[in-house]
Amino acid sequence: MTYEKIIVAENLSKRYGDFVAVDSISFDVRKGEIFGFLGANGAGKTTAMRMLCGLSLPTSGIASVAGFDVYKQNERIKQNIGYMSQKFSLYDDLTVKENMRFYGGIYGKSDGFIKEKTNFILDHLHLEKEGNKLVKSLPLGWKQKLAFSVAVFHEPQIVFLDEPTGGVDPVTRREFWSMIYEAAANGITVFVTTHYMDEAEYCNRLSIMVDGRIEALDSPAALRKTYKADSMDEVFLQLARKAKRSGD
Amino acid sequence: MISIQAENITKQYGTKKAPVKALRDLSFQVEQGELFGIIGPDGAGKTSLFRILTTLLLPDGGSATVDGFDVVKDFKKIRQRVGYMPGRFSLYQDLSVEENLEFFATIFNTSVSENYELIKDIYSQIEPFNKRKAGKLSGGMKQKLALSCALIHHPSVLFLDEPTTGVDAVSRKEFWAMLKSLQQKGITILVSTPYMDEAALCDRVALMQNGAILSINTPANIVAGFGRPLFGVRAVNMLPLLNDLKVLTGVEKAYPSGIYHHVVMNEGGDSGLLRNHLDKELHKELEIVALQPTIEDCFMELMQ
Repeated sequence: MTYEKIIVAENLSKRYGDFVAVDSISFDVRKGEIFGFLGANGAGKTTAMRMLCGLSLPTSGIASVAGFDVYKQNERIKQNIGYMSQKFSLYDDLTVKENMRFYGGIYGKSDGFIKEKTNFILDHLHLEKEGNKLVKSLPLGWKQKLAFSVAVFHEPQIVFLDEPTGGVDPVTRREFWSMIYEAAANGITVFVTTHYMDEAEYCNRLSIMVDGRIEALDSPAALRKTYKADSMDEVFLQLARKAKRSGD
Repeated sequence: MISIQAENITKQYGTKKAPVKALRDLSFQVEQGELFGIIGPDGAGKTSLFRILTTLLLPDGGSATVDGFDVVKDFKKIRQRVGYMPGRFSLYQDLSVEENLEFFATIFNTSVSENYELIKDIYSQIEPFNKRKAGKLSGGMKQKLALSCALIHHPSVLFLDEPTTGVDAVSRKEFWAMLKSLQQKGITILVSTPYMDEAALCDRVALMQNGAILSINTPANIVAGFGRPLFGVRAVNMLPLLNDLKVLTGVEKAYPSGIYHHVVMNEGGDSGLLRNHLDKELHKELEIVALQPTIEDCFMELMQ
């Protein structure tokens, strides 16, 4: 079976002085899949993700995202991806609708598109009444779901999610994942990091980074088999305990 | 002996017109030497509770004592005997590791050497970086320094507000091992976390949601109180399986939970019912196992 590759990285590295944050990683992500990007704090996930998003230039190696080169075409990459993190997602002091108009505008979408899409999302999330409320007045769970919708507002080919469910209650966490499934079913490739090992199971494939390298990459079931583990938690512990460097 | 006692604590933010009830009539007790967990998602009111108990915030109603002292009247006495590690890193970023620790020791009229024994296991891991500025430490090292600073005056009660949020699975395990050893030294620990799996490591846990406590019990009793049949179901294609499970008669609810979908059935429900009603053609390699509920299953049950 052949797959269309939407992210390709070959020997991708990033050094800061003597420190090799990302150490020659090679992998690819298939179009439409949910790809889990796991690793302990400090393993190099964020650095790798920033390179793939066109926010930081690699020291060496090659990579392309949505067909665009990370060195030369990083502006094109930014137009074709969505991004959401737990730390930053929406503007608290703007209303729900204003946030959507802002992001839609940044990506150069027409007023008609923005209006239609805004209505669709509010309807879809059952937030019709909240459209004119300030984002800061919403509970965290709603904010996270809204942030995801905003990240895919401009209909990107890929969405990068950096610990999107941290701190969220278990019911909302699952509702969030059903939105991820839905996006994937609509053809959006999902690249996601998480510290919740049950969520790792929901990915089609996942990689585990240790000390800047990708130590394992496969489907959750295959990884459990390879490491003779009953759960992804065990797989992760086996690999991450080999780490020599600590923290982020 | 009781170490922490809270009675009908209430706290409200916002305006009169649009009040935000952070804590609603919250009551609980923690025994001396207990490792007590407050488990709840973001926004449940955990931080407000911690700030009231550490005398950094006044409650609107109700009363609370720590080590027998009132959180309002005797706040100075409480401050001398509790250690507090807030959720947000709040040491001095531009002081070195060593300077931070000395600063906190001096404030409490003690010295690092006097209580070194208590922090040795934790502090020795960051001691090689003694001269590094706290702001330049990694997440895991910051956490260890913050814990050392919270312990340097040998508190009788330790308050830890989400010490493991954003921390990876390996570091979380190490952190909990440290807590266990502090508990063995006689320190009462109140710790909050959004991670349900950490609940199992506490003596007792309070499950918290929307400013109220849903349940207080030992992890074993919480799990034992689930009271409904729970099954794990998997097949090759998990998404259609979930959609089918959700609408099956006899199924109270179904949700993904790692390798299996968890299926909570009405009382008396059994795996035969699931097996008979799921299409074997549609759901290839169907597997159904009886499961022991986890704290997360119980929490989800209580949330409704």
